Amino acid sequence: MSAKEPEVNQSLAADHGLKPDEYQRILDLLGRTPSFTELGIFSAMWNEHCSYKSSKIHLRTLPTDGPQVICGPGENAGVVDIGDGQAVVFKMESHNHPSYIEPYQGAATGVGGILRDVFTMGARPIAAMNALSFGAPEHPKTRSLVSGVVSGIGGYGNCFGVPTVGGEVRFHPAYNGNCLVNAFAAGLAEADQIFYSAASGVGMPVVYLGAKTGRDGVGGATMASAEFDETIEEKRPTVQVGDPFTEKRLLEACLELMASGAVISIQDMGAAGLTCSAVEMGDKGDLGVELDLDAVPCREEAMNAYEMMLSESQERMLMVLRPEKEAEAKAIFDKWDLDFAIVGKTIDEDRFLVRHGAEIKADLPLKALSGTAPEYDRPWEVTAAPSHLGDVPDLDIAEALKALIASPNLCSRRWVWEQYDNTVMADTVVRPGSDAAVVRVHGTEKGLAFTSDVTPRYCKANPVEGGKQAVAEAYRNLSATGAKPLATTDNLNFGNPEKPEIMGQFVGCIQGIGEACRALDMPIVSGNVSLYNETDGRAILPTPTIGAVGLLEHLDQVIPMAPKRGDILVLIGQTKGHLGQSALFWEIWGRDEGDAPPVDLRAEAKAGQLVRDFKAKGLISAAHDLSDGGLGIAAAEMALAAGIGVAVDGHASLAPLAWFFGEDQARYLVACPEAALAAMTEAAVATQVSLRRVGHVGGTEVVLGEASVALATLSDLHEGGFGALMGES
Amino acid sequence: MKSAVIVFPGSNCDRDMEVALTQTAGQPAARVWHKDSELPQGLDVVAIPGGFSFGDYLRCGAIGARSPIMQSVVRFAERGGLVLGVCNGFQVLTETGLLPGALMMNAGLKFVCRDVHLRVETTESPFTSAYGNGGVIRVPVAHHEGNYITDEAMLSRLKGDDRVAFTYCRPDGTDGGNPNGAMADIAGILSENRRILGMMPHPERLSDPTLGGTDGRPLFQSLLETMATA
Repeated sequence: MSAKEPEVNQSLAADHGLKPDEYQRILDLLGRTPSFTELGIFSAMWNEHCSYKSSKIHLRTLPTDGPQVICGPGENAGVVDIGDGQAVVFKMESHNHPSYIEPYQGAATGVGGILRDVFTMGARPIAAMNALSFGAPEHPKTRSLVSGVVSGIGGYGNCFGVPTVGGEVRFHPAYNGNCLVNAFAAGLAEADQIFYSAASGVGMPVVYLGAKTGRDGVGGATMASAEFDETIEEKRPTVQVGDPFTEKRLLEACLELMASGAVISIQDMGAAGLTCSAVEMGDKGDLGVELDLDAVPCREEAMNAYEMMLSESQERMLMVLRPEKEAEAKAIFDKWDLDFAIVGKTIDEDRFLVRHGAEIKADLPLKALSGTAPEYDRPWEVTAAPSHLGDVPDLDIAEALKALIASPNLCSRRWVWEQYDNTVMADTVVRPGSDAAVVRVHGTEKGLAFTSDVTPRYCKANPVEGGKQAVAEAYRNLSATGAKPLATTDNLNFGNPEKPEIMGQFVGCIQGIGEACRALDMPIVSGNVSLYNETDGRAILPTPTIGAVGLLEHLDQVIPMAPKRGDILVLIGQTKGHLGQSALFWEIWGRDEGDAPPVDLRAEAKAGQLVRDFKAKGLISAAHDLSDGGLGIAAAEMALAAGIGVAVDGHASLAPLAWFFGEDQARYLVACPEAALAAMTEAAVATQVSLRRVGHVGGTEVVLGEASVALATLSDLHEGGFGALMGES
Repeated sequence: MKSAVIVFPGSNCDRDMEVALTQTAGQPAARVWHKDSELPQGLDVVAIPGGFSFGDYLRCGAIGARSPIMQSVVRFAERGGLVLGVCNGFQVLTETGLLPGALMMNAGLKFVCRDVHLRVETTESPFTSAYGNGGVIRVPVAHHEGNYITDEAMLSRLKGDDRVAFTYCRPDGTDGGNPNGAMADIAGILSENRRILGMMPHPERLSDPTLGGTDGRPLFQSLLETMATA
């Protein structure tokens, strides 16, 4: 590394992703040309990934409050009260760009980052999920991305020791050039022992803890704020490398340190590493920060200030500690063999001062770095009305069922989840493959349910209804598992916000999500925005992933998905046979036509409450939410879960394809003893929810009206689908 | 029954093991840090839990086997103490030489987490006596390196001495269902004195009806009964 720093000018600023007006803003702010390190710091703080400059004004419209919310967006993760003095701490975050460039490490460090967000707040991670979107199965890159991403997630989470209990995997050609890796983590903490990032006290030591700093990830956040083109391979060095063993030690050391009372404030070093974490702590605490880079533990030789400030080396924490607890803190670091160093102190002025060697490398107004970051109200246009739904071709119901159950988007995800340790910690009550996963609150009889949902086809056709639907489906998955929905985290993945039609998708989805979160009382407590998911000008489908958490006051309220032999099947909710944007049209005929199904949020709330009430009264034995593939797929999935056949009657007036595969919302299929039907009907009438008996459980076939398929055949198709697309059978 | 769980920095099933031992024994299992050089006095059982003792990026359990506490565990075993190694604990036991053979990467090259079925091949051990007449049990595996291998001579000794404790099988007990390619479907083996058991599956993860199964529990009950009759 030469000691000579490049000259700072507009062109260098452009290389850092700063637009001319943004560079001018820096010049005006400082009244001078920034140093090379300062330019790097600005680019790190003002890129889209860190500053949310395109999304902020819309994110502000989302509901974030509620009696259950202890801490909403703005900290490392959201905190929600679960009673008995405990809280669940959770967030979802994307690692899309790095995962496309280097799938194993990109996905692994995505998991590492989200786990750190959770334990930085003082919570022990108890569950992880991930929502993955890949290109078409036949696209030449897809298999290697799936294989690398899945093993990266497993490699990190399994070693760290958190059960990965759920998520989503989807395939669509719109992700050919940009896969999505959205990692979710939840942790458990004492409600009065939550740790925040705001520094307090002047002259307090700023302590660096964890892995050494290397050159990996320099400029990563800036990379994640740009579109891809043919030079993408050159970006591989900007992807960080994960070390889950260090993360595990960091977790244990941080929790011990917090219990010792030594921690005043703490912030993990994620995107833009040392820069972002130090500024965040100072900004939130209304203090300045002085850093001495000579003290930073480095992995590589001759690192300069610019590199140290922008490094995204993983498994690092910055904290402000109580000086009188220094000996105790040191003993904990030594126990876990972790590097630590006092790298600076808090100061009583609005200043971010960075020294290296004998030189001052950066001397900036600290508040301005985050507070005055640019904020845009980008032009957007309302998404055009969706195309008309064309003719429905004739198709045998049995053939449709077989094709759907084996399709890449509906086949069993066992290939994926078996690579994740989903039972470590010995509290996993409902494992992957159900509507929502359930993890016991350790040492109690309570449970937390987790799900992640979105239907990007719907969001593209109708962003507002699609946004609502993502929340509604999460609400249903939690309810179908017996959990009361508590709160939500959103991971908003979109294309280039500088294009009005993309911005229109974003605005529409946010509107729908906001309406649904209000109506269903699932406030957004944390989240992440990933924009510029485009390659050569082609954007992904709008994909606002909703991660949601529900509470079970007692684990005896868990509703299984597998029905019992001899049960009858009862459909809750109204069926009109909506085939627009359905899985039937897309998976079988490759047609993305028509409008997304409308979402009636009042109907959703009532139906979900009814299902939970049924369970509380001991009326039902199983439940499943209706989503992609409608009634036919839900019935088949319940049969597969139980290993018992089911029979569902046809409908008197609806066409068979619409009845069995329509995707009307606010519906559940429940199984119950026949004797329960009268009481259920009475309750449904009282709450004005439609309910009808549609079939029964038994035999060895899945019967849909006149059609039937042997359960064994369906099972082979369902279980074999994923291996087949990975070329393993 | 006085028990202890060894804790390496990368152990992640230590709490699960502690809970299972504590529930069975009715008295808390001790946690022993790997840097300690002595085990607590008067122990009956030492358990080495699952996890990634030192990250295990190269040879699983190799560094753990050289932790200070392991010398004490070896002495404990030599005195006839009961030692249980599960998953990474099994790997550590082979690395210390307390059990023969090695655990290689799964034949499928992927991490595998699923419930497997095991045939209880012998009830003549302090770990399996409560399994009655043997039969088939269901417990989870979760590992990347569980592919047991040893040389032919050792394999015939293990079989001849009735030291194969568990083999993978199908739900009906017939051959098959091997998740990792282990030689002779071996899921767990006993030491020569039958007082050390190493196994890849996790009995501590299915010892609670709330979690969907209790087939792991008799293993801990076997230990308790052994202590009661000793």
